[in-house]
Amino acid sequence: MKTLKELKLGETATIIGVEADTISQNRLSSMGVIKGNSITLRNKAPFGDPRIYIVMDYELTLRNQDAQMVQIEAN
Amino acid sequence: MSDQPSILKVAFVGNPNSGKTAMMNKLVSGKAPVGNYPRVTVSTRKESIQIGDKKAVIADLPGIYSLNSLTPEEKVARDFLLNEHSDVIVNVLDAGNLERSLFLSTQLIELGRPLIFVLNMIDEVEGRGIDIDTQSMSQMLGGPVVKAAGRKGTGLEELTEQILKVAKESHTKKRSFINFDMHVENAVQRVQDLVNELHPNDQDSATNRWMAIKLLEGDDEILSQEGEHSHLIEMVRREGVNLASEHGQSCNTLFADARYGFINGLMAESVQRSEAGSRRQSITHTLDEVFLNRFFGLPIFLGLLWLMFQTTFSLGEIPMDWIDGGVGDFGAFVSASLPEGMVHDLIVDGIIAGVGGTIIFLPNIVILFFFMALYSESGYLARAAFLMDRVMHSFGLHGKALIPMVMGFGCNVPAVMAARTIESDRARMITILVNPFMLCAARLPVFILFAGAFFAETAGTVVFAMYMLSIMGAMLGSVILSRFVFPGENEAFVMELPPYRLPTLRSILSHMWDKGMNFLKKIAGIILVGSIVLWFAQEFPQNSVALEKIDQEISQIQTQPEDQARDEELSALQLRRGEEHLSGSYLGQISQFIAPVFAPLDFNWKDTVAILTGLVAKEVVVASYAVIYSQGEDEDAESDSLRSVLAGTMTPLVAIAFMVFALFYAPCLATIATIRSETGSWKWAGFSVVFSTMVAYSLAFSVVSIGGLFM
Repeated sequence: MKTLKELKLGETATIIGVEADTISQNRLSSMGVIKGNSITLRNKAPFGDPRIYIVMDYELTLRNQDAQMVQIEAN
Repeated sequence: MSDQPSILKVAFVGNPNSGKTAMMNKLVSGKAPVGNYPRVTVSTRKESIQIGDKKAVIADLPGIYSLNSLTPEEKVARDFLLNEHSDVIVNVLDAGNLERSLFLSTQLIELGRPLIFVLNMIDEVEGRGIDIDTQSMSQMLGGPVVKAAGRKGTGLEELTEQILKVAKESHTKKRSFINFDMHVENAVQRVQDLVNELHPNDQDSATNRWMAIKLLEGDDEILSQEGEHSHLIEMVRREGVNLASEHGQSCNTLFADARYGFINGLMAESVQRSEAGSRRQSITHTLDEVFLNRFFGLPIFLGLLWLMFQTTFSLGEIPMDWIDGGVGDFGAFVSASLPEGMVHDLIVDGIIAGVGGTIIFLPNIVILFFFMALYSESGYLARAAFLMDRVMHSFGLHGKALIPMVMGFGCNVPAVMAARTIESDRARMITILVNPFMLCAARLPVFILFAGAFFAETAGTVVFAMYMLSIMGAMLGSVILSRFVFPGENEAFVMELPPYRLPTLRSILSHMWDKGMNFLKKIAGIILVGSIVLWFAQEFPQNSVALEKIDQEISQIQTQPEDQARDEELSALQLRRGEEHLSGSYLGQISQFIAPVFAPLDFNWKDTVAILTGLVAKEVVVASYAVIYSQGEDEDAESDSLRSVLAGTMTPLVAIAFMVFALFYAPCLATIATIRSETGSWKWAGFSVVFSTMVAYSLAFSVVSIGGLFM
């Protein structure tokens, strides 16, 4: 299974789950990172971390350590 | 209705960047504010306005994404909504970001209070060919839906009408609620029944349902609040486990799924998209190609910082000179018009000197906040934090701490305030507590004086080295704090990047005005009191045996015939009298009492006076040396004579130690007061004083003892 961290620049995938503690899960789901939504890698910071994703039509930044908790499936 | 309260309580709540504050500013100015309330909490602003024949107090709650009490802002907003019993809650939604904005709405609905939904920035959306049916949306959400463009001020008439209407109907209206799937709903019912049993009288059923849902969602705060009801906690745990195993996913995501299910249904019913592609997005993407460029992103950021700095200080210099001149003239005028005596000295040497010395920083603060508002409202600030997160992260700071740290070079007071943009409590605390290590403009004169006195040939390099040391100190401080004082989870960097927007002049000006006023209020309070106290401590007691003896000598010499020798003797005696007076004053006594503490650093009691008075404002360190070495109070850092006197009082090594100490020791009163108000407790203000003094002491001691080995 792939995680969000492995998504390539410009690629889009579908979120299939978030493996994390309740707090992180709640934080991510309030920002739209939840099963069924599609997500695109839009940009990377100069050192490759954090990264900008597009989810639900807006830009969201995540550190790679958080992106690793999100499971995705290629579209 | 007759039992309607006479003052309407309205709360504005919405996501960050939903345009809530701009809308509220428009609302307040359009309706002429009838009162201004100080900030109640870290970031809740209240304004009172007239709507029709009603007076209303509207509260601008911090921007939040959910009611899950994760961040301090969410806690503030949630506590406000739960405890303040607003008559109307206005939920401001970013119409261009409806799906995500509605997530908060699904939680607000569960509070069971009268709601109005505002589709803000509707103009941007309709330009993109998206059509929203407010009628059907209103039915699903259980409250009126108003289209508005807060920055232009459209839709505000309708909003105020709806506020009155909803407040009037609040007792009769039936509300909507989010339906969960059958298993979840049954579990909520069972938990709610038990909550009803445990809280039979003190809550209505909507609150109980809300509590049941929060318990099942795993809300820490509600769980610990109900901790005494162990069978409730046990039941919640059991229901959670059952639901999770039935559905194959954790209980809280089941609720989130249901909320987005509701949102998807609503979007399908009410939102028509005629075409894809949006201008706003494409402009943002083009600008990001430049500002977030892999190679140019960081250099551009540094350039923008330099611009902010440079303008703040070079442009600020001009009005600074005016104010300085004005204060000087005013002081001279007052000095001339008051009769000689105690009151004269208190007003001229105490109040005017102290307050005037601080008020000259007003232009810097206002200009600095012009840039802050510009960078933050245009959407650039969020991107700068994104660019620097990796670097900051490596020594325990959050990406968003970047701007407050940079602002600290100007003045720590606005810099500590700027730490508000950081949601995580822990990251915010670290940022606030290390901020005083940033070498502020007030400390610069101290280093200019000392570098000139002891290292005349390399003075520029020494001052630059102090800047570098200040950055390293801040890094060291954050490493210490993040390891030992605030150990804990590495907070996530989950941040929305808002699209670039052209900031409105009105909001930038009002931002500058607010910050300027806050600063003036501080001067009228703590700086004024501090200056008076300092003056008294320096001035009293006025009589002592030693002083009387000098006075006798003076009057004796005054009877002699006038010649040069007499005048010289007289002025020497006056100098001695001044020194004797200072060492006998309360300030002198306290300093001599504390001086042994600084003995290991080889500071004498006069250095101690400078350190103590510097607490009022760091500029005072220089002024104190001038007074102590009897050079008159007009001395500035450029003064050659003060330099040469100072150079004879300590070795260069001790001078370095003193500079290091002056760089890091306890923040000035204004900063301490700001730390208190920003952290909400004297405990952290006290911690800051102790922590920074300890760092200062140990570093200065290292300088003296390690340096001593080589000398």
